[in-house]
Amino acid sequence: MRKIKEFLIEKLILICGLASIFFVGLIFIFLLKEGLAVFKSVSAFAFLGGSKWYPISEPPQLGILPLILGSLVVTVGAAIISIPIGVGCAVYIAEIAPLKIKEVLKAGIELLAAIPSVVLGFIGMITLVPLVKKVFHLPTGLTALSGSIMLAFMAMPTIVSIAEDALYSVPKNYKEGAFALGATHWQTIYRVILPAASRGILAAIMLGIGRVIGETMAVMMITGNAAVIPKSILVPVRTLTATIAAEMGEAVVGSEHYFALFAIGIVLFVISFAINVTADLCLHERI
Amino acid sequence: MARNPYRSQKIAFFCLLLATLFIVVPVGMIVVVIIKKGIAGITWQFLTDVPRKGMRAGGIFPAIVGTVYLVTGAISFALPIGLFAAIYLSEYAKGNFLTRMIKLAIVNLAGVPSVVYGLFGLSLFVVFFKFGASILSGALTLGIMILPLIITASREALESVPASFREASLSLGASKWQTIRHIVLPNAVPGILTGTILGLGRAAGETAPILFTAAAFYLPRLPHSIFDQVMALPYHLYVISTQVPNVDEKIRYGTALVLVFLVLVMNLIAVVIRYQFRKKKKW
Repeated sequence: MRKIKEFLIEKLILICGLASIFFVGLIFIFLLKEGLAVFKSVSAFAFLGGSKWYPISEPPQLGILPLILGSLVVTVGAAIISIPIGVGCAVYIAEIAPLKIKEVLKAGIELLAAIPSVVLGFIGMITLVPLVKKVFHLPTGLTALSGSIMLAFMAMPTIVSIAEDALYSVPKNYKEGAFALGATHWQTIYRVILPAASRGILAAIMLGIGRVIGETMAVMMITGNAAVIPKSILVPVRTLTATIAAEMGEAVVGSEHYFALFAIGIVLFVISFAINVTADLCLHERI
Repeated sequence: MARNPYRSQKIAFFCLLLATLFIVVPVGMIVVVIIKKGIAGITWQFLTDVPRKGMRAGGIFPAIVGTVYLVTGAISFALPIGLFAAIYLSEYAKGNFLTRMIKLAIVNLAGVPSVVYGLFGLSLFVVFFKFGASILSGALTLGIMILPLIITASREALESVPASFREASLSLGASKWQTIRHIVLPNAVPGILTGTILGLGRAAGETAPILFTAAAFYLPRLPHSIFDQVMALPYHLYVISTQVPNVDEKIRYGTALVLVFLVLVMNLIAVVIRYQFRKKKKW
């Protein structure tokens, strides 16, 4: 009797163990199931490369190039801001900060990671957007730049915590060896510890960028949502994620618009899949 | 001019400190601003009344209740699966290809954009299973979203139980499951609890996954069953800050404060449990 019970429990454990693979597969299948239907009416090339996104005109124009470029502009901006600051902060926490301050800083970073994105979006709308408008004398502060700044703050916790782990796991004798040769602390960090942790830091940057590409609410609230090809970072843009979030509510189930939004979901899924697999390969050297 | 390595060190360290302050100071400011401006909006009526006058007056009680329902549902779905999955990875899995695939799947599940979870929940639960936009659909979607978080935290907790504990139990004749049930799990409870609470916090704050699966724009009553739509705090904050004009600032900040308070309290509890556990750790 006990043997049977134990056998059943172990099978249950195995099934739950496989659940993650099952759910990843399920997500992909259901995105494909709904999203691929859009390619009956528009070719993949026209979908990805089309410069007009008018989903509710007649006939609908479903080109997501403006949305891809919108996501790209915001993401590149956020990366430029968050990478140096995030990695710098990770180095400070891992190498320089005294123990007590280190704990406080880590708690602060965790706090930032815990604040819901809709709250950051709300704060950004009230503080950052008027500031950007005033500083650059713009008709509206809802721009790609505002989005980049806000998203940089969402990427930083990821970058800092993973990069700090990577720096921390560099063997102590590397550092001792450098000190013994007469290097200063900074020379040791710059020439020995950073190169030794480079794979982990690369993974941290990629995962941070992945977070930025996938972020939805804050970006929808502060980038202005204009689905046109951005000419600079000081104009409103619309990202892939914001398009789905803003338009799915109005799209009729089974319409071309509905399928197109799922197709955007496929694009996002593939991007995040690629980023996560590559980052994982950086962290673990083999498949 | 000879370069002085100590001076460049000073400059470099100063820059690193600056980078750190650049993150920490705004975070502090955000929290302070929300608390300072939000506290004015928090009254008993605000917390216990339904929204009135097109959400420009009244309270946020249905949104609080909705979020509690969604989060409870999500965790009751994700915790059993996540815990068993963690047990599999820490106690049963061998270092083979399948294990590597499971780990990769977890990483990917954690990286899927939240709005894609929303799409997935819409197509699977709302349309395919015909649950409609409901507490059930939203809770299941959120549950799958926090699954990787719970698996990872529980696995770490289980793996940190020393192997000697297991060996002692097995050598006394206990079976593998008995060992896990009576020796490994009890020693991993604080870690699992920490992961669960962090999962709760994450589920409470997410908006995009419930946008099309559960959240109601304006529903000034409490839900009757799990097939009802609900209001939820994060979505409510989004609605009153972008969709409804002329909402009093007090109401916006008050809603933000309640949401941040919920999430931060959960994180704080997690931190305290972790700290207590580290202090008491016997090995």
